Parts: sequence; structure tokens; C-alpha cells
Amino acid sequence: MTTPRVYKTEAIILKRINLGEADRIMTLYTPQLGKIKAIAKGARRPGSKLGGHIEPLTHSLIMLARGRNFDIITQTQTINSFLPLRNDLWRTTWGLYACELVDSFTEERLANRPIFDLLLNTFNWLCEANNGENILRYFELHLLNYLGYRPQLRQCVTCNSPLQPIPNFFSPHQGGVLCPNCGLQEPVARPLSVNALKVLRLWQNSDYTTARRIRINPQLASEIEQVMREYIRYLLEREVKSTAWLDKLRQETQRIVVDNLTKPN
Amino acid sequence: MGADSIPIAEPIARLIAEFNKLPGIGPKTAQRLTYYLLRVSNEGAKTLAEAILAMKEKVSLCSICFNIADSDPCLICRNEERDQTKICVVEEPLDIIPLERTKKYKGLYHVLHGVITPTEGVGPDKLKIKELLHRLQGGLVTEVILATNPNLEGETTAMYLQQLISPLGIKVTRLARGLPFGGDLEYADDITLTRALEERREA
Repeated sequence: MTTPRVYKTEAIILKRINLGEADRIMTLYTPQLGKIKAIAKGARRPGSKLGGHIEPLTHSLIMLARGRNFDIITQTQTINSFLPLRNDLWRTTWGLYACELVDSFTEERLANRPIFDLLLNTFNWLCEANNGENILRYFELHLLNYLGYRPQLRQCVTCNSPLQPIPNFFSPHQGGVLCPNCGLQEPVARPLSVNALKVLRLWQNSDYTTARRIRINPQLASEIEQVMREYIRYLLEREVKSTAWLDKLRQETQRIVVDNLTKPN
Repeated sequence: MGADSIPIAEPIARLIAEFNKLPGIGPKTAQRLTYYLLRVSNEGAKTLAEAILAMKEKVSLCSICFNIADSDPCLICRNEERDQTKICVVEEPLDIIPLERTKKYKGLYHVLHGVITPTEGVGPDKLKIKELLHRLQGGLVTEVILATNPNLEGETTAMYLQQLISPLGIKVTRLARGLPFGGDLEYADDITLTRALEERREA
């Protein structure tokens, strides 16, 4: 079968790298082709007809021409530019984190439609969210699900016994929860509270409408974040780069809040 | 390219290799430049070599605005006729050139030397942000103009700076966004058009 020389696809822009004088290498996530890399010629010039349509965190319709190493982007049209996502420092950061996760976990030209839909939905949810942390956790759990890394949260990954509502352990390299007996023999497993396990299970097994109703306190949120972060770090064998920025932003926002509280009026 | 296996005189191969390291110069261009220089007079070659050395030796960063300069403080920071109450924040030293070319801006500059790029692990600590905040403490500055690029990283950096500077009671402005001269409405993206409409002016 011959493949057409030009083709059209929807895409979410994950990343871009500058190339030469005014070109860019774009990393796109598409519904039918999975992740692809393509060149956008002249996209850095002001007045480029491509430029604004292929910024990260954009959902666009893209026409590509086959090239030798990379395909070349010839036409673009924005479908949704997620303005609320870009006008807010926090939302931009959350969105970029989601993009980086998808980029790190996927291989080029390996289609995975559910991931495309999940990422697109996540952007939409983030646009309306004041606190995106829970959305990110929901996103992480479901992303891992579609990638085949779904953490086992029902029974102990070592002895298969059903988990009791007592403090258990989470083991990143076994990809799931350990019962207290097995967990104590596993030196790298971290403790997992009853509530954290409950919330993780609920997010893993429900749709977003149900998941969004969960309200959790900051302490629990932080525990769940750490569990997920350790698991993701183990799977990727490295740190997700945008977490450093996320932490920094959190720290500074806290400082500003404290400054305002302590400021004499 | 297999320069090792081809019998080229060593000094020539070395120069080709050096040119090859420059941005935008491929192996063929490197060869062409080298063979051109071979035919240039001794003085010509010397002038070029000296120009490169002088540039490296005499040029450094201005300790106030971090622009590239041949004196410290740089010409702009030293010029007392410039408006000392305004600081324009740019990503790279090269960004100052087009702004200066407009001849519309008479204030000072501050070069960040980069832009916040979360996915590459470039955070505020790697930029000259602390130095900017330090400059603002004098109380002389009344306005900070954020002139980072109008893309995702530039916007992120601008929003971050705005969050840091506003509490100091200093006016923070952002370069306006609109349609580029010589552009085409048909190809304009939604974000630019939205802003252009919102900030439209009486004709």
C-alpha cells in the first residue's frame, strides 16, 4: 500500500525544540499515529503562518508532508488554544507536566487513542480548575492504565491476599500495594495510609465526574502525590523535569501567602 | 565527515573542524570557508584572528543589567540621560538590539539569559531573576516592562515575574500582542487575534 505524500491529522502539541535559524522540531501527539515529530519551517519568524497554531498546550489540525527524516508541517489551524490554561501560571505548569509525562512515556508512531483523549480531557478539566493537583493524579493513574503500568491496588502484589483496611505498603518496583506482612520484608516499600489507598482505588476505577467530587486534605494529597511520583520515577528511571518547577512554584506561593499574613497592616 | 582518512594537511583539517562547530555551518561550508581563508593575505587572516580574540577578552557581562558589553557598567546603564525609572526585561542580549532600533524606548534593560522552561528543567534559579529583584530594591524604579517572547515559556516567565514584582508596589507591564506588520489575518492564530481584538484602538 502506498502512503499519501501529504496527510492531515489532529494533534496536541507536546513540545518544541528550536532548529537552525527560524525552524522548530515539534513533538505532536495524534489520535491515529501516536507521538510524531515534525519540522515547522520558519515558525519562529514573526508573522509566520504556522507559529501561533503550534505552541505547546494547543489542540490543532495539522497538515504534514512526508520528509526524509522528519515530516514537514505545511498548514495548521487551531482547534482549541485553551486560553484559561495559558493565562494562569499554575494551570500552564500543570498542563506542561501532563505533556511531559505523555512525551516521556510514549514511543514515536505507536497509536494509543485513549491517551490522546485523556490528555485532551485533562486540558479541558484544568481550564476550569482552581486546584489541578487532583486532576493530575487522576491523569497519572489513567495514563499508567493505558500504558500497561496500572498499579495493583486490590490485593497484595506478593502474596495475593486481599488488602485489609489497615495501613499497607506501596512498592514502586513491584507496581502495587503490599500487605503489612509482605511490606515489612520489602525494604524499599513506603507506608501507605488507609485513606490514600481508598482515594487511589476510587480514582483508578471511576470516571472523572465521580472522581472530581472527592475532597481531600493537603496532607493526604501530598502523600498520594509522593506515592505516584515515586512510582513514575521508578518507571521512567529518572525525575520528571517539570516537578522541580512545580515544587518551586508551590514553595514561593506559600512564602508569598506567609509574607502577606505576617505583614503589619 | 571522514577527514581523518583523507590526506588533507593537518592545519587545514583542524580549521575545517573548528568551523564545523559553528551554528549553521555544515561540513561543506566549513571546507569552503577554510579554502577561502587559505587564499586571504596574512594580514587579513590576522585581523580575523585578532578580532575573535579581542571579542573574547574585552567583552563581558554588565554587572547591572547582564547585557554583553565592553565596559562595566555597560553603555546603557552608564548613560544618565536614559530613564532610570523603567527597566525592560528581555530573555537574551540579542533582544535588546531590535528594541533599541525602534528608538522609542529610553529606559534601562535587564537580561535574564534564558527563560523558564519547566520541561527542560530550567527554573528561575538559572536566570538572572534574583539580580533583577535586587535592582528593584533601590526604590527608584517605577515600571518594569516584561518583553519576554510571546510564546509559552516567555508567558510563563512573565507571569512568574509579575507575581514576584507586583507585591513590591511597582507597575508591571507586558508588551502588547497584536498582528505583525506584513502579516495576514487568514493565518493569524486565535490567541493573537483575541488579544488584538481586546486591545483594539480607535483608528
